[in-house]
Amino acid sequence: MTTELATLPNLMPALPEILLAIGAMGLLMLGAFGGSKTSQAVNGFAVALLIIAGAIILLGTSSTVTTFNDAFIQDPFARLMKVLVIIGSGFSLAMSVGYAQVEKFDRFEYPVLVLLATIGMMLMLSANDLIAVYLGLELQSLTLYVLSSFKRDSVKATEAGLKYFVLGALSSGMLLYGMSLVYGFTGQTSFVGIADTVHMEGVGIGITFGLVFILAGLTFKISAVPFHMWTPDVYEGAPTPVTAFLAAAPKVAAMGLIVRAVMTAFDPMDLQWQQVITFVSILSMVLGAFAAIGQRNIKRLMAYSSISHMGYALVGLAAGNSAGVVGVIIYLITYLAMTLGTFAAIMSMRRRDGAVERIDDLAGLSRSDLPMAVLLGILMFSLAGVPWMGGFIGKWFVFSAAIEAGLYPLAIIGVLASVVGAYYYLRIVKIMFFDEPAPAFERPSSELRFVLVVSGLFMATMVFYVGPIRAVAEAAANSFF
Amino acid sequence: MSDWPLLSTVVFLPLVGALMILLVKGDTAIARRNITNVALWTTVVTFLISLLVLSQFDADNPGFQMQEKADWLGASISYRMGVDGISILFVILTTALMPAAIYASRNSITKRVKEYMIAFLVLETMMIGVFCALDLVLFYLFFEAGLIPMFLIIGIWGGQNRVYASFKFFLYTLAGSVLMLLAVMAMYWDAGTTDIVTLLAHPFSQQMQIWLWLAFFASFAVKMPMWPVHTWLPDAHVQAPTAGSVILAAILLKMGGYGFLRFSLPMFPVASEMFAPLVYTLSVIAIIYTSLVALAQQDIKKLIAYSSVAHMGYVTMGIFSMTQQGVQGGIFQMISHGIVSGALFLCVGVVYDRMHTREISAYGGLVNRMPVFATLFMIFTMANIGLPGTSGFVGEFLTIIGVFQVNTWVALFAATGVILSASYALWLYRRIIFGKLEKESLKGILDMDAREKLILVPLAALTILFGFYPAPIQSITAVAVENLINNYQAALSAADKLALLAQ
Repeated sequence: MTTELATLPNLMPALPEILLAIGAMGLLMLGAFGGSKTSQAVNGFAVALLIIAGAIILLGTSSTVTTFNDAFIQDPFARLMKVLVIIGSGFSLAMSVGYAQVEKFDRFEYPVLVLLATIGMMLMLSANDLIAVYLGLELQSLTLYVLSSFKRDSVKATEAGLKYFVLGALSSGMLLYGMSLVYGFTGQTSFVGIADTVHMEGVGIGITFGLVFILAGLTFKISAVPFHMWTPDVYEGAPTPVTAFLAAAPKVAAMGLIVRAVMTAFDPMDLQWQQVITFVSILSMVLGAFAAIGQRNIKRLMAYSSISHMGYALVGLAAGNSAGVVGVIIYLITYLAMTLGTFAAIMSMRRRDGAVERIDDLAGLSRSDLPMAVLLGILMFSLAGVPWMGGFIGKWFVFSAAIEAGLYPLAIIGVLASVVGAYYYLRIVKIMFFDEPAPAFERPSSELRFVLVVSGLFMATMVFYVGPIRAVAEAAANSFF
Repeated sequence: MSDWPLLSTVVFLPLVGALMILLVKGDTAIARRNITNVALWTTVVTFLISLLVLSQFDADNPGFQMQEKADWLGASISYRMGVDGISILFVILTTALMPAAIYASRNSITKRVKEYMIAFLVLETMMIGVFCALDLVLFYLFFEAGLIPMFLIIGIWGGQNRVYASFKFFLYTLAGSVLMLLAVMAMYWDAGTTDIVTLLAHPFSQQMQIWLWLAFFASFAVKMPMWPVHTWLPDAHVQAPTAGSVILAAILLKMGGYGFLRFSLPMFPVASEMFAPLVYTLSVIAIIYTSLVALAQQDIKKLIAYSSVAHMGYVTMGIFSMTQQGVQGGIFQMISHGIVSGALFLCVGVVYDRMHTREISAYGGLVNRMPVFATLFMIFTMANIGLPGTSGFVGEFLTIIGVFQVNTWVALFAATGVILSASYALWLYRRIIFGKLEKESLKGILDMDAREKLILVPLAALTILFGFYPAPIQSITAVAVENLINNYQAALSAADKLALLAQ
């Protein structure tokens, strides 16, 4: 044993994470000693670190490597999802620059915390062992709790952070309980070991309980129904840049983790987890569609919207086939782009006397700021899944996987829920284009406009290059098949 | 030039025009005129190129012509274009009516002209794309994406109750189409491709055909629209601006009929035969019921909208009779209705621009001040009734002949619709045009100007030409329809043999 501990494990596969961790600590020092003046520099360095980490992932080998006694795996799936997470974190950081200056939000802890959360997410995506899952997940969650109450003086933000923490702790408890059951019944914590044991010994009632608890803990992180209660409050209460961050990257990471967990560790139990995922998926799509109709606050609306989008992504997973994983990946790509773009628009909603977040504040936007109205309109149609826009392409892949797997009720309920959901996205288009103008917004900062333009154009032109995107997603999905 | 992608040019040229309009800066009167001119010229050039397509089209070839293919989503889902005898006429109908719609908006639309023209040009791309697409996914893409510009057209430039109408239009159509989307996916996994040419030859199992047929029916019946899912149409028609109503009635409604001909009948023949009685029933109800509803309308546009639903009833009835006359008549009726209903909405636009009301009771005695308008409106009213000598007659007559060979009762009920249509249309004409010119507001009304005549006279000429000489349309559709019916009969007898073997 001692010799094994003495030899250093191969650190190369985890190079991006290590780099980010060292960088985050360095930036923490820089901020702590340099004072609040450094916050913009820290933000810039953090984005640069993320870009470097992303480049390392993209330029590195594309084969599957493991390290830390197989607890850490770097395969094409992990790589692609990590790049998505880095894009999500990087864009969220970039979007916060202008906001931070106006809203007295410019504290150096923010970029550092985002970096730490990103490391947690990347560890989740590479986790190949229950212990590693828990470490990554908690690193991510703890930083997110702090981030959501980042505005210490705001009652709403504090409430959001507390709610998130209490419910998050509960879900972690369930996750741990499930892990202990799985460990107790298989004697394994590694994904491969669990799968082998289940394969040999068959599916018992104990491990099924463990699986259900683990899924309950994980679906909390993607805010799928019935573990969604925290989402609207946290989205509304947290500062808007944090909400943008919460809605984008962590969802991708948690979804990636669920995919890996059910596709490797619980692969022999597909009948069991398919039921759970199908159930959660249907509830999320339906509740997300109906509950969003009554919302007046656009951040709350986006909370329900993200609940239903996680439901759609789970449709692909419920299919349990290779097409389904491809669907989940493509869905997450479109979801990430749409979420970042929409939040860039939400952060641009600012008048002289401060930021506004009621949907009615968008009234007549097409006349005061046509480009923003058109881009946000594209994103709304895309979120609704209307063809030509990117959101439709994501829906096409997940639902066609479900049809291939013969999950007709799931697919039918899903598309009908998307029609209901279309109503509230259309309502935003209606408010922007049909209604009489409200007072115009202040000129948004250029980085917000940049993110909005990039995501809007990406969604509007995605149909032209679905082919290459699909090829990348298929290569990633082949990690499991 | 033979390998130049002519169809893609026709499809995407309006999009190019829309991009050009995007570059026009400012909102001055000159900018607005430039925008309208760019839009008008784009549609005219598109129309001319589509005539070139027509001139290269070989009417004796039953298959798809001018095919184009490019990789899109791998080999199984790709970008495929092509036209045959059924689809080419709809392409021409679209490209021909678009300049009229744009030209008609020239004076009536004064606010946000730029967005308006862009919306119409994008819509034109989507509509032509629907009729040219030879890949199911591509078809669905065009079919649904057209909702976005139409939603905006109704919602921004529409009448009083435009928000309600635009939402109803969008959500009704979307709800119908998502089920078709699932059917498309199921077909993809069954046949391994979404290439329409391959799918036309692919035999789906009987059980599957039934479900697929129902899913497609949900979409096309809403689009058509058939009773009882027609209620979005009167709202959308009434609230839409004139050009929007024209395009809606003349082209968007034809997508349903085209869908039946392109997908439901040839791909699911067994299910089509099985469900034909259902279609007949709904068609007959549509013809009689909506004609009666039209009688009670107070709003001119609403009356024409209900008459459109009734006329679409003839189309579905004719198509599902699966006889040469019925199907050809159905196509003819769609083309004729495209011209006539488009022209009727343009006529309403003419008086609406002057009086800003669509209430029938606000008019009366217009013949005294507007003789040219009265003449043109009469021609289109007669065509709407189906008077011999107008194009409306040919379509109705052929569809009734077609269905008479299959089911005489259906023909009997459908024929009563002809009488009903005469009563509401003539009554409408009498109330608006004849009588004494008593209302003060109408005393100063002016007759049509040159622009309005330029739009409506060619349409009137076509109405009468096709009424006396329907051969140009019939000769293009004949071979393709014959091929469709032969394949349909062959598939049915093959299925019968299979059923016998199973016993």
